[in-house]
Amino acid sequence: MAFVQNFPFLSIVLSLFSGAVCSVMNGKAARVINRVVLTAVMVLSAATLVFTLQTGESYTYKMGHFPAPFGNEIRAGVLESALALFFCFIMLFSLWGGRKHIEEEIEAEKLNYYYILTNMMLCSLLAIIYTNDLFTAYVFVEINTISACGLIMIRQTGRTIEAAVRYMIMSLLGSGLLLMGLCMLYDLTGHLLMENIREAVVMLHASGRYQVPLTITIGLMTVGLAIKSALFPFHTWVPDAYGYSTASSAAILSSLVSKGYIFLLIKIIYRVIGFEVFGDSKINNILFVFGLAGMIFGSLSAIKEDDIRRMVAFSSVAQIGYIYMGIGMGTQAGMAAAIFHIFSHAATKALLFIAGVGLTDVSGQSKRFTDLKGSAYRNKIAGAAFGAGALSMVGVPLFSGFISKLLFSQAAVLNHGKMLPALIALAVSTILNAIYFMKTVIRIYRPMKTDYEVRTFGKQKLFAASCICLVALNVLLGTMSQFLVDVIGKGLEMFV
Amino acid sequence: MGPNLFLNFGEAVAMLLFGIGFCNLLLQKNLIKKIIGLNIMDSAIYLFLAEKGYITGRAAPIVTDGIQSVEAYINPVPGGLVLTGIVVSVSVTALMLSLTIRLYRRYHTLDLDEISALLKKEGR
Repeated sequence: MAFVQNFPFLSIVLSLFSGAVCSVMNGKAARVINRVVLTAVMVLSAATLVFTLQTGESYTYKMGHFPAPFGNEIRAGVLESALALFFCFIMLFSLWGGRKHIEEEIEAEKLNYYYILTNMMLCSLLAIIYTNDLFTAYVFVEINTISACGLIMIRQTGRTIEAAVRYMIMSLLGSGLLLMGLCMLYDLTGHLLMENIREAVVMLHASGRYQVPLTITIGLMTVGLAIKSALFPFHTWVPDAYGYSTASSAAILSSLVSKGYIFLLIKIIYRVIGFEVFGDSKINNILFVFGLAGMIFGSLSAIKEDDIRRMVAFSSVAQIGYIYMGIGMGTQAGMAAAIFHIFSHAATKALLFIAGVGLTDVSGQSKRFTDLKGSAYRNKIAGAAFGAGALSMVGVPLFSGFISKLLFSQAAVLNHGKMLPALIALAVSTILNAIYFMKTVIRIYRPMKTDYEVRTFGKQKLFAASCICLVALNVLLGTMSQFLVDVIGKGLEMFV
Repeated sequence: MGPNLFLNFGEAVAMLLFGIGFCNLLLQKNLIKKIIGLNIMDSAIYLFLAEKGYITGRAAPIVTDGIQSVEAYINPVPGGLVLTGIVVSVSVTALMLSLTIRLYRRYHTLDLDEISALLKKEGR
């Protein structure tokens, strides 16, 4: 066994232990540890990615001393390691970009708690990405929920606590359904490791027995994860949670947390239930319909919003709708487009939240659009970054959003039954996106008649650097997308 | 379906309890009642697992008297799952209760809708 194969396990354990170590450190030391761990995990994931690309196949890693049907396993392939690398990158720059706000909005003696929570979040995300065992996935889903709740409520205002309660209630409903689904699946198949379950499910499906329980099980798990990742009718907690928490938390929550659940769902579809069985259960049609509804209604709510952060939050609801539309198409192309959109949306949403906070900083901390007029002149970097993010969300070429819309429409054209609704919803949603994002960009670029103070590069080096890196990532995904599309294709092949 | 339902009445009760808990967590306005709903929901899942793990006439999976035959014991895995699940649900309950205390100290009510209305009035 190559030494590199230990890296996924090492990165999970590293982030888990750093969380524990942070609890006895002061804020500054905890921050340093957090950054070191994030960078280390990034390097480890990159090494795993290179290794799996070279060997061209995934591998399973035995945890403990018991072989396959009894013990616990980690599984790493191209897609898993690429996603881990990407998540670390986004998390690092979200934390850097919002660092000033983290230190202002959180009490000094509680600063290390924030880094405990981010380390636990990283650990649970990595575990959800890498694990090959369903019950382990459930446990880390709960850890993820708890740390996400902490990230929301660490800024102690009435709004954030209420948002955290609403988030917890929705999340717990979701995880209850997920757990019930897991237990019923265990009952049906007698296994907890993903590969063993799939063998049993395929046999069960072929034999024609227990069809109703199997469909109910698939439905429970799908709906549970859909609730947790804020698919349209279950999105009520989103605007409060993203709108009032500190900027880094909002960026991490919208670009990583919901994506982790969606990736788990994709993993379940491919590795636990099997793509064909999932297609035969017709549940993807339900996801498709709710995805379309989310695309339209999320955007409509965003248009009505008068608060820049809440607007970006509602735009997240619409983008989650895109991803579920891709999953709901029930084809390989649709799934590949959905996974590309996970990457693209993560890069763009983090950028928008970070740039948005730069704009509100120079507008007297107000998030109202009337106060944000001309703020792009007062903070040129934040303005340009927000503009780039907005263009990417609308789907202008050169940015990553264009590629994901292209992939979605290609997938829609290849799918005869769902072509028309998907294309119509894509077109309508793009126009709606353009309305609210361009409206915002025009407002922040409205020329100012009175004198104003300009926030220069020197005063916000870290913020500017993270904005530039996130914009660069966006442009990179938009211009050199073929590499990522190939990686996704290979990763999906490895799933089977 | 009829005889099966009677044969598996334990599972049926677990499903009913799950539904009751789920509806309470979703629909109750009072936060404490919501948390009680959460606990009913989780306990229902553990009841389901316990019911599934038990095989009539077999002993708990602890080797005594040197009997090593698999036939003598019940499946230990559901027990392990229930234990893990209990740990998770206890920690989640504690977190929800602490959030409830914070909200109650601020707004002197446990009604989530009332709290939302108060927040809107605050206008922040």
